Amino acid sequence: MPTLHLEIVTPEARIYQAEVEAVVVPGVEGELGILPHHVALMTQIVPGELRISHEGQQLRMAVGEGFLDVLPNRVLILTDMAIDEADIDEHAAEKAVALAEQELKNTTLSHEEIATVQSSLLRSLAKIRVKRGSHY
Amino acid sequence: MANTRDIRRRIKSVKNTAQITKAMEMVAASKMRRAQQAAMAGRPYSEALHQALLSLRDRVDQECHPLLVQRPVKKTLVLLLTSDKGLCGALNTNVLRDIAALDSSSTVFVAIGRKGAAFLARTGRLMIADFLLPDHPTFLQTKPISQFCLEQFLSGSVDQVNILYPKFINTLVQRPVNLQLLPISIEQSSVMSQSSKTTPFLTHSPSSENETKKDVLETGEYLFEPTPDNVLNAILPYSFHFEVFQKILDERASEQSARMVAMKAATDNAKNLVKDLTLEYNKARQASITTELLEITTAQMALQ
Repeated sequence: MPTLHLEIVTPEARIYQAEVEAVVVPGVEGELGILPHHVALMTQIVPGELRISHEGQQLRMAVGEGFLDVLPNRVLILTDMAIDEADIDEHAAEKAVALAEQELKNTTLSHEEIATVQSSLLRSLAKIRVKRGSHY
Repeated sequence: MANTRDIRRRIKSVKNTAQITKAMEMVAASKMRRAQQAAMAGRPYSEALHQALLSLRDRVDQECHPLLVQRPVKKTLVLLLTSDKGLCGALNTNVLRDIAALDSSSTVFVAIGRKGAAFLARTGRLMIADFLLPDHPTFLQTKPISQFCLEQFLSGSVDQVNILYPKFINTLVQRPVNLQLLPISIEQSSVMSQSSKTTPFLTHSPSSENETKKDVLETGEYLFEPTPDNVLNAILPYSFHFEVFQKILDERASEQSARMVAMKAATDNAKNLVKDLTLEYNKARQASITTELLEITTAQMALQ
């Protein structure tokens, strides 16, 4: 079976690196499935669910905003967050969502601060979505 | 020969100094570990960002985005990174020495760190802004700084943005580096990623990269989603912001390393000094005892 080299990097560390069969990423224009020999592509990704097919098994991750760079048989994902589904703390994420929603009601925030809170809200929501998705 | 009381006093004061420098060494050592970790952790990401830009190189027109266009350089902005505090050896001096080589009429400065700001004010250079950052800055704290430089560049008041900072090589070696950040030169970033091929952070061997490049050139097709403009508008400023953030972390790691080494040298020197002074003190003491004994015996002999 043909494979492609997938690399996921965040500012904190290199999260994942392996030869995989397929990867599904949340792009700005909807979900994108990447298979080996995909045409070269560059796009932005949004907070959401990332699925990796590796040796017949499926791995799910919550990712944040970032970029996707596809070259034939090499996929590079640059994002500000990438967490394995098993490592997500659902309660902490729910708390973060509640906190962020409350903060957004605060009208004294500057433009920059609102953007920060919003992006952290989207990240937390993505975490919860990925975590809950695995129970069905 | 100095009298014993004076020597004793000096020994005491040198010992006190040694205690202080030793404490500062310990503090710097623990800060250094954190700062080095932070600087190292970001390198794979910065490397990956370079790779992404590299893969853009052959596919976009160099003139299609304002951040890529080379303009004739009339004014240069230099982002100067120095420490806030001294006692870190020759770190700041080495960086500031490089400023002398820059033409003062065509260069404006943005300083991060008190030492650099003070130097610019003293030498009468044109400084348009200075910023202070905590020991462990976050991306959000450094972004307003890079945003300021970006706006200066886009508004046309400067034609080039450089960064001058002490690059962290290892705990003992920090080298001042003057690097062009804007316009984003992808040629240069390719050189940079090649020079860092030797670092253990990189996974792609040069040969595999050449292969992928060849593959792309053969297929000759490259998609941007939604449009090239959208992607470039997002990735180019972001890569600049991240680059500045990464350099600031590097400067912090350099600073703490230099301080630890300087304080270690100071402690060692103080210890040597105490050793020499103790020897001198013992000699003086022995000499005074000998003289006293001589006096007593002479006095006794005179009585007999």
